[in-house]
Amino acid sequence: MKEYLTLMFGMVFVQNFVLNQFLGICPFIGVSKKRDSAIGMGLAVIFVMAISCFVTMLVYKAVLLPLGLENYLDIISFILIIAALVQFVEIVMKKLAPDLYQALGIYLPLISTNCAVLGSTQLKLMDYAQLPMGEALLKNTALGIFGGIGFTLALYLMASIRERLEIAPVPPGLQGIPVAFLAAAGMALAFFGFNGIV
Amino acid sequence: MGRLLAEFFKGFFRENPVFVLVLGMCPTLAVTTSVEKAIGMGLATTFVLVCSNFIISLIKSLVPNEVRIPIFIVVIATFVTLVKLIMSAYFPVLKAALGIFLPLIVVNCIILGRAEAFASKNSAPASIADGMGMGIGFTLALALLGAIREALGSGSFLDIPFADGLGAYTQTIFILPPGGFLTLGLLMGFFNYLVLRRKAKNRGGKGK
Repeated sequence: MKEYLTLMFGMVFVQNFVLNQFLGICPFIGVSKKRDSAIGMGLAVIFVMAISCFVTMLVYKAVLLPLGLENYLDIISFILIIAALVQFVEIVMKKLAPDLYQALGIYLPLISTNCAVLGSTQLKLMDYAQLPMGEALLKNTALGIFGGIGFTLALYLMASIRERLEIAPVPPGLQGIPVAFLAAAGMALAFFGFNGIV
Repeated sequence: MGRLLAEFFKGFFRENPVFVLVLGMCPTLAVTTSVEKAIGMGLATTFVLVCSNFIISLIKSLVPNEVRIPIFIVVIATFVTLVKLIMSAYFPVLKAALGIFLPLIVVNCIILGRAEAFASKNSAPASIADGMGMGIGFTLALALLGAIREALGSGSFLDIPFADGLGAYTQTIFILPPGGFLTLGLLMGFFNYLVLRRKAKNRGGKGK
């Protein structure tokens, strides 16, 4: 249990996907204009990340390793699994939550090219693949969920800042994306304070 | 020929993938802690970009519109696997330094973006020129960022340290994550400022 708490704190605060590992910067800048869409995007990412971490570990250990294909087919198979999962989430969301689907618009298909998702499946792949099947699956799924929560937290904070930035007097050249990066620098600095806790 | 050159050079400044199109931000921030890593990443991405643009421009008429994205991704992933294997064999140190960002070239928005926006609509030579231009523009942007961060953060260029005494003024923050965001934000603001000033000048010129 302690192990999972450490993993949670580490993935959410210390090694935050966005602010510390530079994964998922595109949606972090692109979808962080409104808090509502940030939450929607974040939930979709948590969901996709958890399932894809589970499925890719399963495929890696049950198919790729026994067949000796882990160096040749890992990237291709992982990206296809993620793309299929995203398609699935898109269909389900269109049916069950059409408002959210409208709000997220073009960003949902972009989850499949969200480096945070592929990154989360690759991050501890080699370490966890050594463990027995059950533990490897559980740990990798936990990593996906906590990583997704960290991503959502960063996205939500960023959206809150950017809602204020809309009405702030920003010098012409810095307006829009550059000032968002500067705000992210401040956030990253704040999150850097968590270093050493875990 | 003139058109090919135009496609080649547009990626350098006018449509620079990093500063103007704001694509491929993750590797841009993650691997620019040193010039060496930045150039390694840039060249690996350029290779994948040129090859995938070439193949996609050749198969564009065979690909059904509905499943084009998965097909493009498989083409890209094939070349990324190729790069990964070549790097493990010849540049194991660089591969270890790039870490998970090497497989993540697959999801670099520049590559899928160029496949979708350019290679799936243009001829093979134009797509190669576009891929090379964009790749070199990306590499230059990464190298610039890497040079600034390495100089300010570890007081060296291409791992060659500056003269003694300068080392005392290095700020480690620049090679840490916050410094990446800060440097990129300021550089992007500077580029925007140049573009705005040029626009203002053009308008002033026409007024006369």
